[in-house]
Amino acid sequence: MKKVIGLTGDEAVAYAAKQCDVDVVAAYPITPQTIMVEKFSEYVADGEVETEFVCVESEHSAMSACVGASLTGARVLTATASQGLALMHEIMYIASSLRCPIVMGVANRALSAPINIHGDHSDMMGSRDCGWIQVYVENSQEAYDSVIQAFKIAEDPEVLLPITVNLDGFIISHCMEGVEVLEDDAVRRFLPKRKVDLKIDPEKPLTIGPYCLPDFYFEFKRQQEEAMKAVLNKVKKVGKEFGRLAGRTYDVLHAYGIEDAEAAVICLGSTAGTARVIAEKMRKEGKKVGVMKVWLYRPFPAEEFKKVTKHLKAIAVLDRACSFGAPVGPLCSDVRAVLYESENRPKIFNVIYGLGGRDITPTDIEGIFNQALKTAETGIVKEPVTFVGVRE
Amino acid sequence: MSKEEKPGWKRLPMAAIITEPGSSMQYKTGDWRAFKPVIDLEKCTNCLICWIYCPEPAIVQTETKVRVDYDFCKGCGICAEECPVKAITMVEEGTQ
Amino acid sequence: MVKLRELTTEEPLAPGHRLCAGCPESIATRMALKAIRGPTVITQATGCLEVATTIYPYTSWKIPWVHIAFENAAAVASGIEAAFKALEKKGIAKKVDVISIAGDGGTFDIGIQALSGALERGHDFVYICIDNEAYMNTGIQRSGATPKGAWTTTSPAGSVIPGKPEWKKDLIAICAAHGIEYAATACISYWNDYITKVGKAIEIDGPAVINVLSPCPRGWRFDSSKTIEMGRLAVQTRYFPIYEVEKGKYKLNINVPKPKPAEEFLKAQGRFRHLFKPEFKKEIEIIQEGVNENWNRLLRLCGETS
Repeated sequence: MKKVIGLTGDEAVAYAAKQCDVDVVAAYPITPQTIMVEKFSEYVADGEVETEFVCVESEHSAMSACVGASLTGARVLTATASQGLALMHEIMYIASSLRCPIVMGVANRALSAPINIHGDHSDMMGSRDCGWIQVYVENSQEAYDSVIQAFKIAEDPEVLLPITVNLDGFIISHCMEGVEVLEDDAVRRFLPKRKVDLKIDPEKPLTIGPYCLPDFYFEFKRQQEEAMKAVLNKVKKVGKEFGRLAGRTYDVLHAYGIEDAEAAVICLGSTAGTARVIAEKMRKEGKKVGVMKVWLYRPFPAEEFKKVTKHLKAIAVLDRACSFGAPVGPLCSDVRAVLYESENRPKIFNVIYGLGGRDITPTDIEGIFNQALKTAETGIVKEPVTFVGVRE
Repeated sequence: MSKEEKPGWKRLPMAAIITEPGSSMQYKTGDWRAFKPVIDLEKCTNCLICWIYCPEPAIVQTETKVRVDYDFCKGCGICAEECPVKAITMVEEGTQ
Repeated sequence: MVKLRELTTEEPLAPGHRLCAGCPESIATRMALKAIRGPTVITQATGCLEVATTIYPYTSWKIPWVHIAFENAAAVASGIEAAFKALEKKGIAKKVDVISIAGDGGTFDIGIQALSGALERGHDFVYICIDNEAYMNTGIQRSGATPKGAWTTTSPAGSVIPGKPEWKKDLIAICAAHGIEYAATACISYWNDYITKVGKAIEIDGPAVINVLSPCPRGWRFDSSKTIEMGRLAVQTRYFPIYEVEKGKYKLNINVPKPKPAEEFLKAQGRFRHLFKPEFKKEIEIIQEGVNENWNRLLRLCGETS
């Protein structure tokens, strides 16, 4: 019996978390994530969850408390955005290097200054090197699905890394859709309780977070990178398992129309939805276009990406963040790095868009597709980086 | 642990977690000191003041009276300074 | 009160750590650990004690110990306390005592937010600040706990400015203002008072804070054998009063009816040496006045609430 509820992205994250038997939530409110924590507080107050909810006094303390809690073997969830993510940045590195499988919902929002509360990816991109697994969802349904999968991926004994589930601020976080939710029992069966070997335990006293001199530090970072490598296969495995459970299978990349395309748009998040609608319209007109949505951003699915895109002639990589002073935006940087060694690699150009919640319209996207088709035809990239939607 | 003995990343436990409690006892800090405390057991009343104030700790209780654990004593001199009956003298290392 | 002979000989902090000879931090930690009553977890802030007791692959700790960062010992404790609460309700784990240990750096300054939040939320934990009155681990820089007139590398004794111009921050007043059940000062030189206080703090259901004075031979500039003597002088000159605030009631634990002049405390340490130059001698008077004022203020508080 399929149950469909009207949920915004924020509410979907909270609803999924409610079903996941979370032990501790330590969070601090910030627009546009607030609904995640408010909704969850309601569940706590109504006794719908057996979770200790710690209303911490800042995001830095939120992540600190989450790390402490996670180290006891508890299942931990938190959420933030923008300035809050920036404030907890220090501890994010520690969460991943201490192998704490924390799940965090991030309602991606622009970073100050000037202060802006609307959606773009600059917040998560500012922390993309912190060693967390990162997925970007396209809509509320994916937000719900991803949170449930996130716990399973993160807590796997061969992974043990924290994970962010990113949703575009306001665009997804505050947009209501019909979300198909699973039965509580089904989620509980999908997500067994955490089994932890190394944790805070008076029976087996451990020293966690020691001081490492240059003679040991490097080895632990190498270990972390190796753990990241193990994530890819786990994500695929869990994605398939989730598919059997919910009827929606998840893979690291979601390609639409790529197989016979010459030109493609590659992006993260909600823009992929708009791009698919445009691509569908253009394909009916006989244009050979496709859309590649990157769902798993870290670790970047390099091999899969190379395989799927190798026949393309031109790629437009859309970045909803600007890496100031860098040759190209963050996603484009990864795409270029991956495709550099490919024989007959496609021509790539970068489009920076949507900063501070600036809308990207179907017309804009059609323009980008046409640019990509032109590039496919001529083999020339007129401008490697352009800004779409900004007033000159 | 010499350079040759240090394990690589594949063998090291996860996340730099140290699983052996009190493993610092393998690191003998006794060779730090320039002066060492010597307890005159005749004068010593076993009041345990030196024991509670030792930073290491390098003073241990026994069935009879306290004794210095020279494996770890850094020669700070607090015990000699605080002993109420002046039963402890700091002597230069290597002379006694 | 406790008897030395009755104290446990267990040493949850093992020797072999690389703290300086004569370091008060390990003395303060050893003493505190004599008062634990069962399974205990330590959350530690970055600092001398943290660094010197856990140089990989060695650890001096024989009980569960977690270090995350510099400013968040109290926030980490909050998370651990909440987690054990949740796990106990679900029958997965048993509650443990949580003790945070941080220096004055990680408490008075960068750590004050996390401490304030944890106190306001009422987590059941003990917070021990090992106060050596400066950021010692990074090389003796001034903190909010550094006393007026003290030399540090960021409040040097110059020809124009003689050491730190500001007075020491009153941590216990800040903690008491949160309405917590117990906050107290202590000093390692008064082991009985200190160990008793730690025991009391652990028994309290809710947050408790102890600020234990830890005279640092390196940073205060005195011989390593004088660590305990220095603490004694601090108390006997009324420079560092030993008192507790229980449910808002102030109580003086160690009365000093015939105090030694503050000058004796200052004279014994190199960090105040510059104050004895003729051009800065009046600073000593100012410090004595400050000590007197603080003592009288405390007496009033103790009188008012008794």
